[in-house]
Amino acid sequence: MFTGFMMDAWITATIVAVVAGVVGYFVVLRGSAFPAHAIPKGAFAGAAAASLLGISTLVGLAVFSLLGAVGIGSLSRRGRNDVATALALVLMLALGAAFLSRTTEYEPEIYSLLFGEILGVSSSAILPVAGLAVVCIAAVAIIYRPLLLSSIVPDIAEARGIRSARIDMCFLLVVALATAVAVPVVGALLIFSLMIGPPAAARALTSRPVLAMVLAVVIALITVWAAIALSYQYNWPIGFFVGALGAVSYAIGRGWSAWQGSVTARQGV
Amino acid sequence: MHQVYTAVFEPGFFGSPQVHVAITIGGVVAIVCAVVGVFTVMRGQSFAGHSLGDVSAAGGSGALLIGLNPVAGFVGLGVVGAAVMDMIGIQRLRGRDLATGIVLGAAIGLSALFLYLTATTGATTGATQQVLFGSIFTTTSATIGVVAALGGLALAGVVMVYRPLLLATISPDVAAARGVPVRLVGMIYMLALAVSVGLSSIAIGAILSTALLIGPAAAALRLTSRVGWALGVACVIGVLATWLGVLLAYDSYYWGSAHLGLPVSFFIVAVIFVTYLASGAVTARSARTARPAELVKVPAAGTEV
Repeated sequence: MFTGFMMDAWITATIVAVVAGVVGYFVVLRGSAFPAHAIPKGAFAGAAAASLLGISTLVGLAVFSLLGAVGIGSLSRRGRNDVATALALVLMLALGAAFLSRTTEYEPEIYSLLFGEILGVSSSAILPVAGLAVVCIAAVAIIYRPLLLSSIVPDIAEARGIRSARIDMCFLLVVALATAVAVPVVGALLIFSLMIGPPAAARALTSRPVLAMVLAVVIALITVWAAIALSYQYNWPIGFFVGALGAVSYAIGRGWSAWQGSVTARQGV
Repeated sequence: MHQVYTAVFEPGFFGSPQVHVAITIGGVVAIVCAVVGVFTVMRGQSFAGHSLGDVSAAGGSGALLIGLNPVAGFVGLGVVGAAVMDMIGIQRLRGRDLATGIVLGAAIGLSALFLYLTATTGATTGATQQVLFGSIFTTTSATIGVVAALGGLALAGVVMVYRPLLLATISPDVAAARGVPVRLVGMIYMLALAVSVGLSSIAIGAILSTALLIGPAAAALRLTSRVGWALGVACVIGVLATWLGVLLAYDSYYWGSAHLGLPVSFFIVAVIFVTYLASGAVTARSARTARPAELVKVPAAGTEV
């Protein structure tokens, strides 16, 4: 389980989990689950376009996820957020369908782009993925304070001169970077589970930002590692385990905070 | 004159049985989606509307795997997903996003498993594409009856609770004070949403399901602030966009010499997107001429109703 190509899988999955935990914490905090689903799913069209043009899938993914982020950001300035996200998403998917109709792509390749193919990660892919991950984490670190402030108390952030539209756009670009890191590994659809389940569980356990972020990364790591081990053992797709474990970790987090709540209520605090 | 006619309607358009089915089913689905979609947009639940499409696609792939009727899978799991979202707390503003996200994440995991098992047992080829993208042209005329019945059901649900739903959507507090069962009305609406998204996912594909649910409704609500008018305008936009998309997709087969054609979903989405952008331009123009007091009618981006 820990030899050769499996080592590459473990390393990339670990990188993805760290990025998903950090970015996912803000996704949950800001209530940006829809863009976090739409950008990776729409970026899938980029992969289709890349295969049509015969260029690297990673380039296609990165370009389309950035385009998606810019599209969502600029459409929401003149309309509702969720409507803008939905329309940007369907436009990208429609483009993807048009590209796919032009290629003779095999079914399994489409499947693995959507649901991930952890064993297909080659050691030459580790370096670009790691590079993108570092850029992504660095971007979060740079905008950390204004991002946190505008996520928790948007009014105070505005009063301090933080432009929420600009922060929104920066954050969407961060999500786009995270997408490019994660899609080749866990797939366009499953990166979403990883960005929602573990951070939501972490938020249910603690309200302190840094601790919650660390917890989110830890839970994401456990989820991904367990998913790889289970998928290796039982030969079922890794995507299923990531999705299921994400939901389970959220349920445990909710259960824990409900139990805590009832304990404090009984103590009369 | 005849040349113009054949340029617009390429030969055989009206004679093709697939076109007949696409026009009929597309029209029915567009109307159902437009009506339900106006409330979806007003309630700020586009994410739930889109997610239910993915959830019902998981049901569809599950049904494909065990050999059930796909319609039952699509609509069945969609309804279950809507119930779980409602249970986790879609009615509360803060929990809404998360409730949808958790259900969506779990459903995607299930899709991954079902599609994988379907592919390995070798039952069907092209299952991934079929379930996730779908196509209006592959629908058979046998589906028309089921689609119409389920569409009627969803419409009846919305019509039944129209007034209380409208009040609960615009101002939940006032509705509650007047004795409207806000929670129950919200649940009935979620069920109608699940049924209409499920049926549109199977009839026209998951991409178009979201496009027809959100696009026409959002454009209509930009053009008029009266909900009754918006319902009508959304239906007209939805149906016309669908029919124009079908026509363009049919014609695209004759463009160029390669005879490849482009998918119908691409054209319908393109028409809807352009309509949405155009409606924004119309709103911006009337906002410039309107008195300042009228400017605050539309809630700013990101605010919840």
